[in-house]
Amino acid sequence: MRLRKASALAASVLALSLAATACGSSDDEGGDGGSDGAGSGGGDSITIGIKFDQPGLGLQTPDGDYAGFDVDVATYIAGELGYEPDQIEWVESPSAERENLLSRGDVDFIAATYSITPEREEQVSFAGPYLLAHQDLLMRVGETVSSPDEINELTLCSVAGSTSAQNVQNDFAPDAQLLEMGTYSECLTGLENGTVDALTTDDSILAGYASQEANQGKFELAGLELSNENYGVGIPKDDTELQQQINDALTSMVESGAWDQAVEDNFGPAGYEAEAAPAIGEIV
Amino acid sequence: MTNLSVLYDAPGPRAKRRNVLYAVLFVAVLGAFFWWVLQTMADKNQLDAEKWDVFVTDSRIWTTFLWPGLQNTLIAASLSLVIALPLGVLFGIGRLSDHWWIRRPCDVIVEFFRAVPVLLMMIFANAAYAEWSNIDRDVRPLYAVVTGLVLYNASVLAEIVRAGVQTLPRGQGEAARAIGLRKGQTMVFVLLPQAVTAMLPAIVSQLVVIVKDTTLGGAMLGYSELLTNARLVSTNYANTIAAYTVAALIFIALNFLLTSLASWLEKRLRRGKRGTGTVVKVDPSGLMDQPGGVALTPDVSVPEPRAVATTGASPDSARTDVTS
Amino acid sequence: MFDFLDLEQYDLFGAFWTTVQLTVFSAIGSLIWGTILAGMRVSPVPIMRSFGTAYVHIFRNTPLTLIIVFCSLGLYQTLGMTMFAEGNVDTIGFRLAVLGFIAYTSTFVCEALRSGINTVPVGQAEAARALGLSFTQVLRIVVLPQAFRSVVAPLANVLIALTKNTTVAAAISVAEAAALMRTMIENEANLIPIALLFAIGFIILTLPTGLLLGWLAKRVAVKR
Repeated sequence: MRLRKASALAASVLALSLAATACGSSDDEGGDGGSDGAGSGGGDSITIGIKFDQPGLGLQTPDGDYAGFDVDVATYIAGELGYEPDQIEWVESPSAERENLLSRGDVDFIAATYSITPEREEQVSFAGPYLLAHQDLLMRVGETVSSPDEINELTLCSVAGSTSAQNVQNDFAPDAQLLEMGTYSECLTGLENGTVDALTTDDSILAGYASQEANQGKFELAGLELSNENYGVGIPKDDTELQQQINDALTSMVESGAWDQAVEDNFGPAGYEAEAAPAIGEIV
Repeated sequence: MTNLSVLYDAPGPRAKRRNVLYAVLFVAVLGAFFWWVLQTMADKNQLDAEKWDVFVTDSRIWTTFLWPGLQNTLIAASLSLVIALPLGVLFGIGRLSDHWWIRRPCDVIVEFFRAVPVLLMMIFANAAYAEWSNIDRDVRPLYAVVTGLVLYNASVLAEIVRAGVQTLPRGQGEAARAIGLRKGQTMVFVLLPQAVTAMLPAIVSQLVVIVKDTTLGGAMLGYSELLTNARLVSTNYANTIAAYTVAALIFIALNFLLTSLASWLEKRLRRGKRGTGTVVKVDPSGLMDQPGGVALTPDVSVPEPRAVATTGASPDSARTDVTS
Repeated sequence: MFDFLDLEQYDLFGAFWTTVQLTVFSAIGSLIWGTILAGMRVSPVPIMRSFGTAYVHIFRNTPLTLIIVFCSLGLYQTLGMTMFAEGNVDTIGFRLAVLGFIAYTSTFVCEALRSGINTVPVGQAEAARALGLSFTQVLRIVVLPQAFRSVVAPLANVLIALTKNTTVAAAISVAEAAALMRTMIENEANLIPIALLFAIGFIILTLPTGLLLGWLAKRVAVKR
């Protein structure tokens, strides 16, 4: 009797928690179904990983759409692969998750400020590159630095744990004051108010911020080329067929002038002189 | 004046004048501080209309970012409570067991998860799910957030339940045994219902803690709860301070609502017990204001000494828990 | 099992030392500010009572992450408070974090104390007033000492929670234990040992605190 009651209690508790988890997992299946259909490729939709929070490259807009250079490139590639814009499912791919997403097959390809590096090429393959960016400084209009040495005297801001932040500390400005915040927008507040002298990361991202309506005319790029970042399209390891298709798509995007148009649309207001479109396979 | 405290004499004419003076000085200092803050913010263009009025003029902020974010916050919080509650009851009873081989493991588990920061558990859960499960990317952050919150809050709720059972009058358990109920029956039919009822305000207050803690998951795991979406607002409109302020106001309003619910419950429960000898006056504003909100009111069958201040709460009746 | 632990590369003890420092400074500050708040909430001046209540409601209901980020974003980056450490971003970040923790934790100290004041029998305060003591004297000499003794246990829980909450300081670039753990998870492939290592670290910090203060609570409790 005692045992029966005890186990009845245990069972009901268990049932309750299972019911709760079941609610959760039905969500899960919903999500799964969506990306599975996409994962098959050539079906009725395609899943692409982008950043959701970087103006100029990949940003979720108030309309619920996505805008930026990466988005334009990805949309063009998808078009060449035979998908209309409304067949694209956008997936947020934070920096630390990109390899995971590709190897688990959660996305078909990734265009998310994804620099081609030897370490990453061990885990995933790349098509492209489609843009050559450099680490740079974003400063208030009228202020500038002429040589990298002067950076040591500045207060810089970057995002915690990012490669740009590590570059500052390890390579070109070990003596600079470095503030590491959660997002670039938080850095921008300090830059706007004069507490921070410069915001540092890839010039493409900086140009994206400087081009935003609310920021136009307030900030400009210092124009230093502190590093080379070859943005590539991340694809599952050794998928040479997809690699070839994307490379063809990128070539046609540059030839048709759509590439220049995308640069102008997304970075134009910042006065950012983008490098000419890199040739396929040309890693600087 | 109704709020006369035993801590000070009813103010005479001089004391009244002095109090007015203090009040004026206090307001002046406070006002000067706020004036300085606003002035500096205005100097730095942080009060510019275009940074703030978008929250009124542009409804897309609410439909695309803040409202879905609030929904996600609520989903994670309520899922966590629903899962943590039964687990907490189970462990709470486990810690009260007569058998050491049930009691000890429960002790260890509860103490362990109470000692480890929730943030650590979330990061760990996220990495573990990515590594060893095939949970879809869309919901993995939700799973990780809920897992971290459940592990932590189940152990806190276990303590609440245990304290609740322990503060019941001994006679309850003894009477149940006397009419021939077994230990399990005593717990399920007599002690637990009373304990959970008495602990209801504490449980609701725990929800406040859970709501606040969902933001940990947003910052580190990318779960798109309210604060994460407020970050997106700040990226789109370049108004970080405004966006975070609005997010904070929403959190304060939501949690104030929950706190009020808890103190309303507390008041109802207390009223139900009137006549048992409680003489502590009730200050409606401060009922749930204990750390972690565990306002245990032991069934006061022995008249307590009248207490000094005006709130009705006893601090040492349980191991109250404070959480992030 | 812990062979990934390269102490040259990862300053484990330094990170936990920062956690301890954050905890100790914030605890002292919260105790002081929390006591002042509790004093305000029972004071004869209505405006101070309202301020105390409003303060507690606002800061307790705001997520800690937001409070900490506001400290950097608002106090430092906008209002230009450098916390007497001009030109040293790391020190500024640390002090801002301590300030944020004090602002948040003091509300819990205040509420614990207030319920402690509640346990002091009325006769004590009445007798003190009969002697002609003023409000601050009643509070300082008679009521608060007794109140403190009865809330050691809740305050111990506040302290333990504070220790764990310091992990949030990573959001404004304070190099404490949780920040190091994230770096290590990124770089090393030993998830479980890393998580265990940091869990043990926090247990080592919190468990003795709990036991010691639990013992103290029993010792100093006012027998009534």
